[in-house]
Amino acid sequence: MTASTAPNSLNFECETGNYHTFCPISCVAWLYQKIEDSFFLVIGTKTCGYFLQNAMGVMIFAEPRYAMAELEEGDISAKLNDYEELKRLCLDIKRDRNPSVIVWIGTCTTEIIKMDLEGIAPKLEAEIGIPIVVARANGLDYAFTQGEDTVLAAMAARCPSEAPASEAPEERGGLSSLLNLGKKSQVDSSESEFKQHAPLVIFGSVTDSVVSQISLELKKQGIKVSGWLPASRFGELPALTPDTHVVGINPFLSRTASYLARRRKCKLINAPFPIGPDGTRMWVEAICQSLGVEPQGLDEREAEIWNHPQVQEYVSLLKGKSVFFMGDNLLEVSMARFLVRCGATIQEIGIPYMDKRYQKSELEALERACEEMGVPKPNIVEKPDNYNQLQRIKQDKPDLVITGMAHANPLEARGITTKWSVEFTFAQIHGFSNVKEMLETLTRPIRRNASLDQLGWTSMVKEEVARV
Amino acid sequence: MKLAYWMYAGPAHIGTLRVASSFKNVHSIMHAPLGDDYFNVMSSMLERNRDFTPVTASVVDRHVLARGSGDKVINNITRKDSEEAPDLIVLTPTCTSSILQEDLNNFVARAQLNCNGDVLLADVNHYRVNELQAADRTLAQIVQFYIAKAKKNDELPTGKTATPSCNILGISKLAFHNNHDLTELKKLLGDLGVSVNLVIPDAASVHHLKNLGQAWFNVVPYRELGPQAATYLQSEFGTPFIDITPLGVVETARFIRQVQAILNDGGVDVNYEDFIDEQTLHVSQAAWFSRSIDCQNLTGKKVVVFGDSTHAAAITKVLAREMGIHVVLAGSYCAYDKDWFRAEVGEYCDEILMTEDHAKVGDAIARIEPAAIFGTQMERHVGKRLNIPCGVISAPIHVQNFPVGYRPFLGYEGANQIVDLIYNSFTLGMEDHLLEIFGGHDTKDAITKSITTDSGIDWDAAAMKELKRVPGFVRGKVKRNTEKFARNSGFDAITLEVMYAAKEAAGA
Repeated sequence: MTASTAPNSLNFECETGNYHTFCPISCVAWLYQKIEDSFFLVIGTKTCGYFLQNAMGVMIFAEPRYAMAELEEGDISAKLNDYEELKRLCLDIKRDRNPSVIVWIGTCTTEIIKMDLEGIAPKLEAEIGIPIVVARANGLDYAFTQGEDTVLAAMAARCPSEAPASEAPEERGGLSSLLNLGKKSQVDSSESEFKQHAPLVIFGSVTDSVVSQISLELKKQGIKVSGWLPASRFGELPALTPDTHVVGINPFLSRTASYLARRRKCKLINAPFPIGPDGTRMWVEAICQSLGVEPQGLDEREAEIWNHPQVQEYVSLLKGKSVFFMGDNLLEVSMARFLVRCGATIQEIGIPYMDKRYQKSELEALERACEEMGVPKPNIVEKPDNYNQLQRIKQDKPDLVITGMAHANPLEARGITTKWSVEFTFAQIHGFSNVKEMLETLTRPIRRNASLDQLGWTSMVKEEVARV
Repeated sequence: MKLAYWMYAGPAHIGTLRVASSFKNVHSIMHAPLGDDYFNVMSSMLERNRDFTPVTASVVDRHVLARGSGDKVINNITRKDSEEAPDLIVLTPTCTSSILQEDLNNFVARAQLNCNGDVLLADVNHYRVNELQAADRTLAQIVQFYIAKAKKNDELPTGKTATPSCNILGISKLAFHNNHDLTELKKLLGDLGVSVNLVIPDAASVHHLKNLGQAWFNVVPYRELGPQAATYLQSEFGTPFIDITPLGVVETARFIRQVQAILNDGGVDVNYEDFIDEQTLHVSQAAWFSRSIDCQNLTGKKVVVFGDSTHAAAITKVLAREMGIHVVLAGSYCAYDKDWFRAEVGEYCDEILMTEDHAKVGDAIARIEPAAIFGTQMERHVGKRLNIPCGVISAPIHVQNFPVGYRPFLGYEGANQIVDLIYNSFTLGMEDHLLEIFGGHDTKDAITKSITTDSGIDWDAAAMKELKRVPGFVRGKVKRNTEKFARNSGFDAITLEVMYAAKEAAGA
């Protein structure tokens, strides 16, 4: 168990960066589904293709709107002309799928051979008449979810700089466009429920259900969401003006945030992320404050979620448990903050990359949570070293390790309970409405192992190979 | 550049890692960017491995790109050497290191100076070979390395084992039913009075490789992995090898007769004919199945076979020769080995297709409209789309193709398993067909009917749209619970707001 030496403030460390995570090109998997009229072209090698094919499992068979532009030896040695090759493939894509946007994902190989994707794209775009967005989501620079960050930062450049005429449905993302379906009067009546405030744009890709839930939550405060980056369709990208307030929904969107603030001059709302009832309350509060709206009934709303009998039951399972994040998707600080509020102790927060400015409010919220719950403040280990982490896990025996699939089964075989971290990237974890499901997922290994424990099957490896 | 959605064989480094990590106490270090260690996930998830996969990355990042790896690779090798004391560390190049063109051989030589274990650079080129070719190459390379080392240290044992023995080459990690095949092969060889000298690379120690030459012969059950090592051992020690895949009753008999010939040449007088007869006619059920009236019904049915060379060729022969089924097309994605494949199946099928393009295979299936497909997971999905049953006979495979129960493809028990696989594919197809003719089971839509009749609650357009996003198998439940909540809370219409309120309120 954790030593009782509680540090007074969060301690940041940086290790060797020798850790397991997904390649950032995996963002294709959820982004092509989110942006319905897009096509993602990953320009890379068989290695990239093999990863995507295996990581996406069954999705691959469903005629996905993504493909590899697989580089061959002739491409590497520049015997072939990049422009002509890409033109040929993009014309094929245009003919077969006719997308509204083609997103080129640059990979390690295009970086190393210095393929000028940003230079080629505008010319080819003019020639074939389809917007081409270039995102360098490679494993040389980024980890896993940061792939989405590079795509959204590139897409932010395509957002119109002034709002279209106010009646145009494109202007309204999410809920309002749903309500707008053939029911004009309803929209007009709901319009009056919104208060006067500067336009608000939320960035980060979440499922359409979460978009509706969050929009509704803000509507209760009289706040209207003008748009989302990304929207369900490329043509519905939100307008961005210096008056627009922007807020991130996920902790891994620092490039997008700085692009919006610096290049588009938007007003960035720094808030903890809406993960867990505490996070959601703080996020909504920060938005209200920024837009000059008095928050209504948020404390009651948060309490209502916490007090739900099912939530309480799950929380009781987490109370007093120690949790170790190996770190692979950048959701770690928000998840840890939520777990502390559930009564858990965090032994370590491994994280691929820590943007202390973008996550400022989240880090403060974590510190506050630790102080108020009376638990020690954890070490935050940037670029962790998985081997060293396994030694620490072996020594500290956490009750729950949140880790990638490479380590989950071997740890379970050594009697250490694990939760597969990638699940939180794909599950709906935002807002008040998804708290129960998130807790259900988090406590599943604890509940499963509790039901097996009486069998005495905890360590399933033989002594000579039991090295952690 | 080519547009690719799916590939049958993985990149070269996967082959190297499969072989290296199959050995006991061999560690691989990939020279690769972050995220390329996806092999560990496959090993841990598909095979449900209890142990940490002995593969780490020497991460290539922006810094390496600018200044080269410097001492990073060497430090990573020596660090792993001291942490885990592996017998061998295999430095594994990837597509990235292929184009960085750093002198990895030099890193290996320098690291070797500070390591207790051995260090090797896998001799594979990402742009020239695929997973299977790389695996074959790496196995031969490791074998050669340790034979040469033993020779140099004068530790090479001479002579053969006193009683007949063989090595089994090519059993590896993440391969199709290999662990079950190994058990079956050992049993078969045991029945023939042949002991197993060494199995490589599966769970073998590199220290034992020097003993490879003591076997009377080598068994190479799979075409894709092992031939290079077997050829090398033949040239080095004159050890003959059997490259017949004992899959199906006829090929198993041919395999056994080959063992007999080798043993007789070696001066041991054996005759396995009675054994073959007994197994074929009375023990295995496969030959009897071919005569039974069930199999009669399969006569002349059209099928398509596609997979790796070994399995596609062997299954084609079983279908055509042992069951009288009409193989319209047999094909393999091992296009680099097309002459061998043609020679194997030429007389058993109408067409041969050698391609790595899954769309071509799909188009051929659509054109032929076979009664069943025997292929990889990709063909299974093509079958789903076209409503044609498919038996999976080859990698690439999913987690369900790593069964916990005993499912060999080789030997006499393998022949039984294949009968079940083939027969079940066809009957399912027939059943479907008959159901269609006679209007099917009438259980369709029962769930939706019962909940729509008397709810009396309206769903607005947005809520209805949201409901449709709920996965089909729980949609009925969500609908019922939401309506119940609305009724109890006095709502007469369901909006998104009511829906989420219901979701939040729902108990266990």
